[in-house]
Amino acid sequence: MKDLTRRKFLTTTSQGLIASTFIPAFLKNDIPLALGLSNEDAGLNGYLNRFGVTESLIREVLAEGLSRGGDFSELFFQHRISNNISLEDKQVNRAYTDIIYGVGIRVLKGDQTGYSYTEEITPATLKQAAKTAAAIANSSKTVNPVQMKLFKHQDFYPVQTGWEGVGIGEKIPFLNRLNDKIFEQDKRVIKVNAAIANESSYILIANSDGIITYDFQPMVTIYSSCIAEQNGKRENHGSSRSMRKGMEMLTNKEIDAIADESVKRTVSLFDAVKPDAGEMEIVLGPGESGILLHEAMGHGFEADFNRIKTSIFCDKLNQKISNEHVTIVDSGLNPCCRGTINVDDEANESKETVMVENGVLKSYLHDRISAKYYGVKPTGNGRRDTFRNMPIPRMRNTYMKNGPHTPEEIIASVKNGIYAEQFTNGQVNIGAGDFTFYVKSGNIIENGKLGRPIKDVNIIGNGPKSLADIVMVGNDMKMSNASWTCGKGGQGAPVSMGIPTVKISKITVGGVNK
Amino acid sequence: MESKLELARWANSIALKNGASQVKVDVSRQREVNIEIRDKKIDKLLESTSSSLGISIYVDNKYSRQNTNDLRKPELEKFIKEAIAATKYLAKDEFRSLPDPKFCKNLNLDLKITDSKYEAIDSSQKIKIAQEMEATALPMSDKIISVSGYFSDGIYESAMVLSNGFEGEDKSTYYSITTGVSIKDENGARPGGWKGVNARFFSGLTDPKAIAKEAVERALKKLGQKKIASGKYDMIIRNETVPTALSMLMSPMSGRSLHQKSSFLDGKLGQKLFSDKLTVTDDPLLPGGLGSQLFDGEGMASRKIVLVENGVLKNFFIDNYYGKKLNMEPTTGGSTNLVFSTGAESLEALIKKTKKGILVEGFNGGNSNSTTGDFSYGIEGMLIEDGKVTQPVNEMIVSGNALSFWSSLADLGNDPYLYSSWLTPSMLFKDIDFGGL
Repeated sequence: MKDLTRRKFLTTTSQGLIASTFIPAFLKNDIPLALGLSNEDAGLNGYLNRFGVTESLIREVLAEGLSRGGDFSELFFQHRISNNISLEDKQVNRAYTDIIYGVGIRVLKGDQTGYSYTEEITPATLKQAAKTAAAIANSSKTVNPVQMKLFKHQDFYPVQTGWEGVGIGEKIPFLNRLNDKIFEQDKRVIKVNAAIANESSYILIANSDGIITYDFQPMVTIYSSCIAEQNGKRENHGSSRSMRKGMEMLTNKEIDAIADESVKRTVSLFDAVKPDAGEMEIVLGPGESGILLHEAMGHGFEADFNRIKTSIFCDKLNQKISNEHVTIVDSGLNPCCRGTINVDDEANESKETVMVENGVLKSYLHDRISAKYYGVKPTGNGRRDTFRNMPIPRMRNTYMKNGPHTPEEIIASVKNGIYAEQFTNGQVNIGAGDFTFYVKSGNIIENGKLGRPIKDVNIIGNGPKSLADIVMVGNDMKMSNASWTCGKGGQGAPVSMGIPTVKISKITVGGVNK
Repeated sequence: MESKLELARWANSIALKNGASQVKVDVSRQREVNIEIRDKKIDKLLESTSSSLGISIYVDNKYSRQNTNDLRKPELEKFIKEAIAATKYLAKDEFRSLPDPKFCKNLNLDLKITDSKYEAIDSSQKIKIAQEMEATALPMSDKIISVSGYFSDGIYESAMVLSNGFEGEDKSTYYSITTGVSIKDENGARPGGWKGVNARFFSGLTDPKAIAKEAVERALKKLGQKKIASGKYDMIIRNETVPTALSMLMSPMSGRSLHQKSSFLDGKLGQKLFSDKLTVTDDPLLPGGLGSQLFDGEGMASRKIVLVENGVLKNFFIDNYYGKKLNMEPTTGGSTNLVFSTGAESLEALIKKTKKGILVEGFNGGNSNSTTGDFSYGIEGMLIEDGKVTQPVNEMIVSGNALSFWSSLADLGNDPYLYSSWLTPSMLFKDIDFGGL
């Protein structure tokens, strides 16, 4: 495997107004093995011990953060163990582990942010990092340490069998089964790549408002991808599942379902054609098409872009922006979903936030800075990639609630258009509102019936226009549990999405010109 | 503090002592500073140092790779022992071993990628540059709603030790300044314009005022963007925008894609596949290059590799492992600095000779399929009619297949983009499918 970390900084860009979502390329991530790290951490003391700190040290460091006149300081401790085993050429023959450990220190002065982090946690390094972050403000004052109060939150992802107790040998048979099931199912399959990735992240957050809280965030992802060959032509497709679960996620039933999807999706592409290019009606299938909500509106609703007036939605609060059947929420509460969080990375309670209700824009997604600016309660959307990053407003599980139409009547209403079902990635320009998503498979619709499969076409639309152009909403809402990772400002965040079958009256489809 | 090289040697010996048959260790440390100025204030200031130790373990042809940023020796020793134990559960893979020592040597060259003045540049200088960009851009138009000036820099140091005898050290610096501008048009859209430069040396940064001006111009140019009729157009891609289109050729060139049958270039080595105009060379030893390195991620010595010569596919990116699997001599695992043949004319001259075309200045999402070569990307840019730029366009899609697309390359600009490791010139393609109205 290539060493992907080596010159990483040269690939970063500062195109801050572009955000994107993708399913990570199979096997691309240099990640983990089950390492036997202890899991005795129950309660706050367990977390304090894990990071080798005491409450009184935390109080002192928070006070140091305010010593230059800042009005809020915060510590975010994280210990994350990620493991990955991968299969290639019918063998589980590689494993990756990644461990990160450290603390990020943030100081706010109004809406200005100073940030530093340290990977070595000692009283001296903590105080040095606090000094660095404190420099965002430039006066001096003496601040007395605050008393800390534990914030106890609910648990939306209780784990039955934690990953730290699971040896690599227990996971290997599941990958072998996935490989065998795929090859058994269709003789045209020539290559299978598969992986199981699991993660255990321990976070501890304390701030100068006197709040301290902690959370254990598990994740497991199963990927498979296959290549099939027919008459000298090759096609590839795959499947993935990702949830906040422990070892209980790995079952023969789940593995077989992933194998089945991978093969069916791949071989269907042999018959696929490219649609005509241009504007047409589009029906989005239930589940993965939730990418529409993520790209076309979700990013535009993140309050950081609205606060600085660069989002196309910044002057649309309380306005009717879509069909009355359209209600869109962003929730952190769906049990075990990939985007679920018990608490956000700023120690705010996780919530279900109704963004659009019966077509009216009701709420943005806030972090601490934007909630303060708008004078509203935080919505629990302040998230960060790791302790090395400052929190920003991010989506969690974004989905549309059910409408009145049946999927059959929606498809039957289309004369000429496309039905889009599976997607690999999407992107949006938040200011201009242009968003795209890449259709990996779907069908042409002719005279109200599904026709030939299509593949590899990009779709482009404009957020506000496409929201206004939603004309039918199905009653078959489904969540997608694929391994969606949203990228914004150089930070990744696990998210999920969902949608019922939806029809948009007009959108531009890439394809061929006759 | 112990040097990175000493720590890498130590970890190497611990792994060998505990049952590894071969080991590669790399230790790195990166210091970074990021500043954003907005609304005449410091909006964000980040300053930090991160470290990492990566270890590739080979136990009787079984392989695993581990990374950690916890560099305390007792923790590391435990980490390495557990990693070796876990590796033993994996399947044997006869192709897993370190590169042949004949590929691993230390080149005694100065690549000019380290600015010795890095430590001497204080934060007030950096803040001033970011402020200057914001102050230049803000008054340029009453349509502007937000301007950010960004400064970032970093210093990266690493050491690599292989149990086959290779030891290497690497040190580099970078600087980056960018201006981002958002404007409001009469329809409520808020298009943005961005301009930035990256350099290895502080002295390589260009005039901040000019960068700010260009960012504003790029944003203003987008006023009145619209989508136009679907159809075939000639396509010019501005130099710095070419990498997205180029990635559809680069990813199928990897040894992994070839071996896993997920490359449309499989079996085509030596064939004339693309336009005669296309010559691409990977040059890791380019002085001052943003992708320059003396050795690659596996410890193999850097060398120039011709990938495509006058349209003929000459080489792939073959790392040590897939080289063994494919029974091919390794080249290197991935691109460093990509250098292109260039044309005689400027971008302006290419526009002038285009009758009906679209100048692509930004891609928006989309993807390419490395197995089949099919691609589809969102775009924005300018409509060209009779040699003149007439109308900003957006919300359109370009689609096709990589083989026919790169065969339709008709001309190259004389303007290789100098602020990226892919030094792409502007490119002109004939008769490309655009989706719009």
